[in-house]
Amino acid sequence: MTIEKLELFEVFVRPKRGLDHKHVGSLHAEGREQALEYARDVYTRRTEGISIWVVKSQDISASQEDDNECFFDPSDDKPYRHATYYPLPKEISTM
Amino acid sequence: MVNKMITNTAQETELERLFQAKIDTEQKIEPKDWMPDAYRQNLIRQMSQHAHSEVIGMQPEGNWITRAPSLRRKAVLLSKVQDEAGHGLYLYSATETLGISRAEMITALQTGTAKYASIFNYPTQTWGDMGAIGWLVDGAAICNQVSLQRTSYGPYARSMIRICKEESFHQRQGYQIMIELAHGTPAQKEMAQDSLNRFYWPSLMMFGPHDSESAHLARSMKWKIKRETNDDLRQKFINQTVSQINYLGLDHPDKALQWNEERGHYDSSELNWDEFYSVINGNGHCNRQRIQHHVKAHEEGAWVREATAAYNLKKQLKLARDAA
Ligand SMILES: [Fe+2]
Ligand SMILES: [Fe+2]
Ligand SMILES: [Fe+2]
Repeated sequence: MTIEKLELFEVFVRPKRGLDHKHVGSLHAEGREQALEYARDVYTRRTEGISIWVVKSQDISASQEDDNECFFDPSDDKPYRHATYYPLPKEISTM
Repeated sequence: MVNKMITNTAQETELERLFQAKIDTEQKIEPKDWMPDAYRQNLIRQMSQHAHSEVIGMQPEGNWITRAPSLRRKAVLLSKVQDEAGHGLYLYSATETLGISRAEMITALQTGTAKYASIFNYPTQTWGDMGAIGWLVDGAAICNQVSLQRTSYGPYARSMIRICKEESFHQRQGYQIMIELAHGTPAQKEMAQDSLNRFYWPSLMMFGPHDSESAHLARSMKWKIKRETNDDLRQKFINQTVSQINYLGLDHPDKALQWNEERGHYDSSELNWDEFYSVINGNGHCNRQRIQHHVKAHEEGAWVREATAAYNLKKQLKLARDAA
């Protein structure tokens, strides 16, 4: 089977309990099972994680950098969403 | 048959031992791990109740969005309410990892099987209440949520971390409203005092009943679902609120409040627990209204869900036709 016939998978690894799975890279495989095994072999050879997710790359919907302006810009003019926008009087010890 | 049951029990005991060992060594429990059924049920109850509180909590503040005194204030309040909707979503999703569906949770809320924080059954009568809620209600919630960032269930802990990052703006904007009112005209100051008086006590009740009355406290602490007890968290909140009330120049609603050198804490008045249980059990000012409004919003949104489903179906049919 040529590599073109294989599917592309994205690999996510949970480094330890309590942390989110993090994207670590991708690989080619003929199916999910094989993708999981390959992911174990290539991305966790040094106990980098305790759990792996594989997702077909084509199943991921991604926003495009070109669209960033209309996608993310509206939050630029909302500084009041941050706590630092409201100065605390120095008399207040904790808040 | 009998033999099989015995092996099952022995196996369960071993699983439970491993489970507790993880918790004792501060490892998080993740969705696909084995967990005792009571741990799962306890989390579903607590987390869904928390999610419902975020969602129902939008109503008392939503009540003032159209009447905010300036465009800036309106934008701030809108942003806060929008955050709470997001918090509800984070928590519902985290709860779903335990094997309960969103629809089941919504039904439990709407039929009264599931509870939400009783504070949201109090009416919001003045603009000052927007100050008191952000400052005290979100403040008390933050106390609790900071502690829950260390809860033993991974998805719950992670949503708490995300939520706490967004919460501090909620408390600060509320306190700023209070500063402006308390340092304003005599009428404004009076409004601030009135809001403080009404929201102080129910905020303290947000921490739940006394530890001595809390049925599952020992177990929740052993499983590290809770990391600090209701009374300890409440005390923390009482202590830190004193200087905040002082700075506003308002009278402290608790006339019996007194610093206790020996304990290193403030002593305070007993809370009105009859009121607490009465509101929890459905007799607050706004209980019926809150649920009715939730049902109404849910039903009025039905056509959107139907339209989405119809559009999806249409797209699938087109795909199938094009493929053929
Ligand atoms: Fe909240
Ligand atoms: Fe929230
Ligand atoms: Fe909040």
